[in-house]
Amino acid sequence: MKEEFRILSATAILGYGFPQESFEEGMKRHPHLIAVDAGSSDPGPYYLGAGISFTDRDAVKRDLSIMLQAGCREHVPVVIGTAGGSGAEPHLQWCREIIEEIAAEHDLHFKMALIHAEFDKEFVKQSLAEGRITPLDPAPALTVEEIDATSRIVGQMGFDPFIKALDGGADVILAGRAYDPSVFSAAAIRAGYDKGLAIHLGKILECASICATPGSGSDCMFGYIGEDYFRVEPLNPIRKCTTLSVAAHTLYEKTNPYILPGPGGHLDLTNCKFEQETENTVKVSGSRFVPSEKYTIKLEGAKRIGYRTVSIAGARDPIMIAKIDEIIQGVKDRVADNYRDQNWDYYLHFNIYGRDGVMAQLEPNPDLSQAHEIGVVIEAVADSQHKADTICASARSTMLHYGYEGRRATAGNLAFPYSPSDFHAGEVYVFSVYHLIEVEDPAAPFPIEYITY
Amino acid sequence: MKTKITDIADIIRSKNSGPYELTMDIMFKDFESFEKVCAKKAINEQLVCKLYRITPDQIINIIEFKPAKAIKITIKRPICSGDLGETDVYGAQQHAPLLGLEFDL
Repeated sequence: MKEEFRILSATAILGYGFPQESFEEGMKRHPHLIAVDAGSSDPGPYYLGAGISFTDRDAVKRDLSIMLQAGCREHVPVVIGTAGGSGAEPHLQWCREIIEEIAAEHDLHFKMALIHAEFDKEFVKQSLAEGRITPLDPAPALTVEEIDATSRIVGQMGFDPFIKALDGGADVILAGRAYDPSVFSAAAIRAGYDKGLAIHLGKILECASICATPGSGSDCMFGYIGEDYFRVEPLNPIRKCTTLSVAAHTLYEKTNPYILPGPGGHLDLTNCKFEQETENTVKVSGSRFVPSEKYTIKLEGAKRIGYRTVSIAGARDPIMIAKIDEIIQGVKDRVADNYRDQNWDYYLHFNIYGRDGVMAQLEPNPDLSQAHEIGVVIEAVADSQHKADTICASARSTMLHYGYEGRRATAGNLAFPYSPSDFHAGEVYVFSVYHLIEVEDPAAPFPIEYITY
Repeated sequence: MKTKITDIADIIRSKNSGPYELTMDIMFKDFESFEKVCAKKAINEQLVCKLYRITPDQIINIIEFKPAKAIKITIKRPICSGDLGETDVYGAQQHAPLLGLEFDL
């Protein structure tokens, strides 16, 4: 019987931390691979567009330092996917610098593959013209104008570029945007293990201990792949993997838990079986990979639409709360009138916590009659920070002293928790690309560069 | 007698499934409750439309997932994550209307 392929997943997202004891417990099992997912599109479009990581630099350095030292000492490959949170070029370089520092500080020597994942806009435009790009429903169709307006486009690599880098002799792989499971599955697929099992295990390992009970985003997890099954085992004695906790994780952030699409095909979990092997370990079998006719890669892009200034306040006056819609309209009209000669293009929005501040139009009960206090977030977005400041300040001061019908409190309508009351939220980005691109060669769009330390 | 969802489900949560979709998971405590709710089709299109004030074309799917004793509801986001006017970038607080559900089982 073939030896099991063993994978140590360090944490849910690089920089979220993990107990050193859990990691050492994992190293005792002699993994063939130490891997971590470093990103997510969850924190929104800003980080991709602005080229900034949503994870903290010192926290990322702490996690990586432990992983790289262990990898070098035991000669185990270390693979990092979606560097810097979003995996575009600035994110990749940000993480490369951190690795360089660690290598120098700890006198570590290794060959690193840097896999780029930012797509050239001209290539995307050409692909669009050739009909190779389709929107991921419910995203809108892509246009040349939208590509031009987009700051950055990344593609989610599958396992092929990782296999290529391992073939190239990489001890460490630092990859840009990657389909999360590829980071964990590529080495096992390269070693001849079943793709369906490897990708499904990768899907579970990319969130590390989130699939255990009690779940945690900052603890390690261990995976084993055999001929026709895989197993997941937590490394912290306080956690257990149960059939329910692991099956539940299969649902997480997915549209359909039976069919999970990815680069080059989909996982079919229709006949998947989850069994409790020991008190804390779950065995999974029956996961199938079904290759698609055409190889597609998911593209993500973000564009800048302006600059944001916000003001945070609250209100406790029941007469004022009852009149809030009328006041907001009055303030908007007043601000529009103040700047009507300037022809400014801006967005002014009042988010009312206590009514529908969390769910907006999905709120089934947008009712203020029971609210004894409300939160008011005034938001201005314009094509410069200066204009956003002006609109926000104008709305804030107008609202503070707005004379609504029935008012008794003539000294001010808003409670500001802070001075200053207005804050720069900086550049505003929105997702502008969320599409599939057809490619001939799954590895070609992701150039590999080797660096030796 | 009405059965409260919070008495028969362990986990009720919401999250993004990509920036354009919201997905809600209801995981039941035992197979008996899960099977009963499924048999009655107690979580259906009409209910979801009412809870979220949406039309049926905004529902992507409602799926029963037996391995996790779970029912999964996925809807289109009215506003893409991070767009202007959007209020929950991660989509993590959109499950609340489900918590008040009661069923005749």
